[in-house]
Amino acid sequence: MSVLDSKVPKGPLKTKWTDYKNHIDLVNPANKRNIDVIVVGTGLAGGSAAATLAELGYNVKTFCYQDSPRRAHSIAAQGGINAAKNYQGDGDSTYRLFYDTVKGGDYRSREANVYRLAEVSANIIDQCVAQGVPFARDYGGLLDNRSFGGVLVSRTFYAKGQTGQQLLLGAYSAMNRQIARGKITPFNRHEMLDVVKVDGKARGIIARNLVTGEIERHSAHAVVIASGGYGNVYFLSTNAMGSNATAAWKIHKKGAFFANPCYTQIHPTCIPRSGDYQSKLTLMSESLRNDGRIWVPKNMDDVMAIREGKKKPTDLSEDERDYYLERRYPAFGNLVPRDVASRAAKERCDAGYGVNATGEAVYLDFASAIERYGKEQAKIHNINNASADKIYELGAAIVKAKYGNLFQMYEKIVDQDPYKTPMMIYPAVHYTMGGVWVDYNLMTTVDGLYCIGEANFSDHGANRLGASALMQGLADGYFVLPYTIGDYLSHEIRTGKIATDTPEFDAAEKEVTDKINFFINNKGSHSVDYYHKKLGNIMWEKCGMSRNAQGLKEAMVEIKALREDFYKNVSVPGTATELNAELEKAGRVADFLELGELFAKDALEREESCGGHFREESVEMGGEQAGEAKRNDVDFAFVSAWEYKGEPGDAVLHKEELEFNEIELKQRSYK
Amino acid sequence: MNLTLKIWRQSNAQATGKMVDYKVTEISEHMSFLEMMDVLNEQLINNGEEPVAFDHDCREGICGMCSMFINGEAHGPDRGVTTCQLHMRMFKDGDTITIEPFRAKAFPVIKDLVVDRGSFDRIQHAGGYISVNTSGNTQDANGIPISKHAADEAMDAATCIGCGACVASCKNASAMLFVGAKVSQYALLPQGQVEAVDRVKNMVAQMDLEGFGNCTNTGACEVECPKGISLENIARMNREFLSANVKS
Amino acid sequence: MSGFFKSSIGRKYAMALSAFFLMFFLLQHFAINILSVFSPDAFNEASHFMGTFWAVQYVLQPVLIFGVIYHFVMGFILEARNRSARVKKYAKNNGAANSTWMSRNMIYSGLAILAFLVLHFIDFWIPEINTKFIDGDMTGLLPNGEGFRYYEELVHKFENPLRVGAYVIAFIFLSLHLMHGFSSAFQSAGATSMRKEKLQLFAKVYSILLPLGFIFIALFHHFNH
Repeated sequence: MSVLDSKVPKGPLKTKWTDYKNHIDLVNPANKRNIDVIVVGTGLAGGSAAATLAELGYNVKTFCYQDSPRRAHSIAAQGGINAAKNYQGDGDSTYRLFYDTVKGGDYRSREANVYRLAEVSANIIDQCVAQGVPFARDYGGLLDNRSFGGVLVSRTFYAKGQTGQQLLLGAYSAMNRQIARGKITPFNRHEMLDVVKVDGKARGIIARNLVTGEIERHSAHAVVIASGGYGNVYFLSTNAMGSNATAAWKIHKKGAFFANPCYTQIHPTCIPRSGDYQSKLTLMSESLRNDGRIWVPKNMDDVMAIREGKKKPTDLSEDERDYYLERRYPAFGNLVPRDVASRAAKERCDAGYGVNATGEAVYLDFASAIERYGKEQAKIHNINNASADKIYELGAAIVKAKYGNLFQMYEKIVDQDPYKTPMMIYPAVHYTMGGVWVDYNLMTTVDGLYCIGEANFSDHGANRLGASALMQGLADGYFVLPYTIGDYLSHEIRTGKIATDTPEFDAAEKEVTDKINFFINNKGSHSVDYYHKKLGNIMWEKCGMSRNAQGLKEAMVEIKALREDFYKNVSVPGTATELNAELEKAGRVADFLELGELFAKDALEREESCGGHFREESVEMGGEQAGEAKRNDVDFAFVSAWEYKGEPGDAVLHKEELEFNEIELKQRSYK
Repeated sequence: MNLTLKIWRQSNAQATGKMVDYKVTEISEHMSFLEMMDVLNEQLINNGEEPVAFDHDCREGICGMCSMFINGEAHGPDRGVTTCQLHMRMFKDGDTITIEPFRAKAFPVIKDLVVDRGSFDRIQHAGGYISVNTSGNTQDANGIPISKHAADEAMDAATCIGCGACVASCKNASAMLFVGAKVSQYALLPQGQVEAVDRVKNMVAQMDLEGFGNCTNTGACEVECPKGISLENIARMNREFLSANVKS
Repeated sequence: MSGFFKSSIGRKYAMALSAFFLMFFLLQHFAINILSVFSPDAFNEASHFMGTFWAVQYVLQPVLIFGVIYHFVMGFILEARNRSARVKKYAKNNGAANSTWMSRNMIYSGLAILAFLVLHFIDFWIPEINTKFIDGDMTGLLPNGEGFRYYEELVHKFENPLRVGAYVIAFIFLSLHLMHGFSSAFQSAGATSMRKEKLQLFAKVYSILLPLGFIFIALFHHFNH
C-alpha cells in the first residue's frame, strides 16, 4: 500500500462529487470569521479561490509578485475556455468532455478529478457571465463557441483572443469586491519564500516584500499554493518572465510530493526564435489551426531557396508543399492535439525541412482559408464571377474579424504580413501538466497545504487539451477548493489565532534570510541569466520534445554540475533591502536548478511515451501507427509522486496507481 | 546598431534621481526593446554596476506591467503596442533614446523606471465589480441574451490592460480613459446595471482622491493606448456620472 | 447632486456648459457686428436694442459676465490641479506625437483671449457703461444728436493700426482655442461618437469662420475709413 491516498470518494463516478459535497463538514459563519487562509498566487486559480473563500467569510491574505493581481500570467491565455454546455447542440455532454480530457491526457489522469472538472465546467461559464465577462456572442445575443484541437465538438467559449485576460479580470473583480469589504488583504509585490509547518500542518509562510526587501511572517489555518507552472525551467517559454516554481518547490522541500515533473506541454504554434538574445517566446493561439494549414516544402531544393531568400513560400505550388499533418493524420488533420502537432513539426525540422535561418520553423498558411471564406462571402453577397482580388478581399475581412489581433501581434514581432505570406511557427514550452501532487481534496501530502491550478498535477494527465487550463484553474478556485478546504477547516475552529513568534517561524525565516545573504555576498562572476540560459539549453536539448535514456542521464549530471557552479560563481548585484530583480531571479533559478534534475529523473524513470512525454525508445514499430508514440499501460499507468530527500537526485518515487473504470484504455489515434 | 541611452536612475522612492547616459552596441533590429534593456543590464552586471530596474512580465503585450516612457511617448514611438512589443527596428543606428518612468503624482517612482500603480487597483476596489457570489446556481449564461453590438463594445472597453500609458501620456496625468473603460464595460452589460449608480460615483470619487488630473480631451491617451481604447469610453463615463448624480 | 460640481467630471460639465454659452454668445455678437459692414443703420438699431433692452442689460449681461469669469476661473483652477498631478516633469515629452498644439495649450490661447477681453472692455464696455450709467445718457445718440453713436464709435476704434493688429492676433488665438474647445465641450458633455462625427465639420467651420469674420470686420473698417 502506497503512502499516497487519493481520497477519491466511493460510489458511482457520476455522483461522487455531489455525494461528497452533501457529506462534508461545514464551518458555521461565525467561526469562519476566526479562520485565516493564505493564497499564494492570484491568477485564475488563486484569484477565484481567494474571492470565493472571502465570500464564504474566511479572512484571506493573497500574495503575488506582480504589482497587481490582475497581471498574473493567466492573462496571456488567448484561445478560450471549455465547458460542456452543448449550446451548439453538437452532441457535447459532461461525459464527452470528461472522455476527451482523459483521452487527450493520454490516460494518465485521475478519472474522478476529471469527471468533477467536466461537471463544474458549465457553472464556470454561468459565473463568469454573471460577473460581466464579455464573452463573444452571435447575432441572436447568445454565446458563441469555437472548436479546439483534439476534440470533435465546439465547446470553447472565448472573448476575442483575450479570453485569459477577461476571465482573470472577472476573478480580479470578485477579489476587488472582497478587498473593499476587508475580507481579502492583498500583498502585491510580495514573494513567498517558504512555508511554515507547525506540528506537521501548514501554518503560514515567509514572504519577502519585493519593494523594501523586508522579510515578513504570515500565519494562517491553511495555505493554498496557486503559483502556476514551471515552464520557465527551459528559460525560453511562453510563460511570463517572472513565472517561477519557487512556491511549489519550497513546499516540495517541506514535504509535499511533486508529481509527474516530466509532463510538459510543448505548444505547436509559437513564433520561432530569432536570435540568442531572445528572452521569451510568444504563443499564437491554437485557434489559428481552425483555419490555418501547416506545411513545409516537399523538396529540399525549395527549402534551401527559401532560406537563402531566393524563393518565397507563395511561389510554391500546391504539389510542391507537404501538408504533413493532413498527410499523416487525415481524420484530425491540422486539429490534432498539441503534443502530436509539435512532434510532427520537430520531425520535419529535424529532417531538414525547417523554413527559416535557424531551421526551426514551419508554415501556418491562411491562403486557402481566405479563399474559402471569400467564395462563401461572394455567394452571401450575391457577387457572381467575383475576381480573385475581390474574393481575397472578402476572405481576408473574415479572417481579420476572427484573428485580427493575433495577426497584428505577429506582424509587430516578425515584421511580415501574415495575410500575404504564411506565418512561420515552431513549438515552444507552454504548460506543465506535472506539479505538486494533490488528493481529491486538492490537498498536498502536507496537512492544511493545498495546491490548485497549473501548480498542481491533477487533471490533464500527460497532455492538456487546448482551452482546458482556464477551465481547470477556475474550477479549482471557484467550485472545488472552497468545499474541500471547508472540510479541513471545520476541524480548526478551536485553534485560535496562530502566533508567528514561534520557533518554527524563526527557523523558516532564518533559512530564507541566510539564502538571501548568501546570494548578496557571493560576488561571483556570472549573472543569474547566464545560468538560467545554460539550464534552459540542457532542458530543451535533452528533456524537450523527445527524450532518450542516454540524454536524460546526461542531463541529470549536467544540471547537478551547473547547480554547483551556480552556487560558486553566481553574482547578484545590489542589496537585500531594496527592489532587486536579480536577487529575485537568483532565488527562482536556484529552485529551477533543482527542479530540472528531478524532471530529468522522472523522465528517465518513465520508460514509455505518453502525451507530452515522448521517449524515443517507446514507439510503435509497425502497422498503421508506425513511428507514433507508444504508451505502456501495463507498467506505467501510475502517477509518479516524488518525495524530497535532500538532493533532487535522491528523491524517492511513490506510485499512485491509476484505475480506469469508466473509460477503456486505448492507444490514441488521430489518423 | 549602436545606441546612446539616457535613462532615469533613482535608487528608491525618496531619492532624487537623475538621467544617466549609457552606450549599447551591436543591437539587432529584431530585438524587442526590453531585450535591448536586458543586454544593457547584462553589461552593467558584468561591469559590477547596478542594473536598471524596470517592470515587465508577460512580454507579449497583455499583462500591462511594462511601463516605460520612451523618447517622449508612453511605450515608445510605435502604435498599438506595449514596450515589450516595441521592436528595435523602430530606431536607427546612432540614435539617442531617452527612457523615463511613467510620471504622475498618483504613480510614484519606486526605483529607476518602476512606478507604483496601486492607485489603479484602489479605483477598482471602489466599484470595479459586480456583486455576485460564487454559488454554482447562478443564472444560465444564456439566460439574458446580450446584443452582439453591446457585447462587442463591452469587450472593446474590457481590453484595457491597466498599464497606465493613458495617465503617462496625458498632459494632465488624468486617469479618465482607464476609469472610463472600466465603467463602460459594466455599463454596457445588463449584469452591470443594478449597481451602475454607485459604481460610477465611487470609482470617480476614488479617482479624484488619488490625485489624477482632469481630462481636457487632448486625445493623447487614445493615441498612446496599446489596446486602442476609445475616447468614447470617457464620454460614456461622463454620461453615466451625470445620470447617476441626477438619480440620487 | 451634492458634490457633483466638486468632482472632476462635474467640473468638466461646468466648463463645457459655460463654453456652450460663450460660443452661443460669440455667434450672436458676430451677427450684430457683421451688420456694420452692410448697413450702419441696422447695426445702430441692433446695438441700441441690445444696449437698452432690460432683459439683455439686467439678465443676459450679468449671466454673460458670470459665464466669462466662471470659465476663466475654473480654467485656472483645473490647470493648477492638472499641473499638480504631475510634479516631476518629463525630460523629453513628445506631445506633438499624440495630440494637437491647440489641445495642449488651451491655457495660453485662453490667456491671450483674456488679455484681449481686458482691451475690449477698456475699448467698448467701460465707455459704454460710463455713458449709460455714470453720465446717465441712455439715448444712444451722438453728442451732436445726429443719429446713433454706435457705428461712429466702432469705426473710430478701428483707426489705430496697433489696435487692429491686436484684434487680429486675439482672434487668431480665439480660433485656436475654439478648434479644440468646440468639440472638447461636446466630448465633455458626453456626446456619443456618432454625434461628434457629425459635429466635426460644423466645429471646423465655426472655429475658423467665426474668428475670421471678426477679423474681417476689423480690417474692413480700418481700411474703409
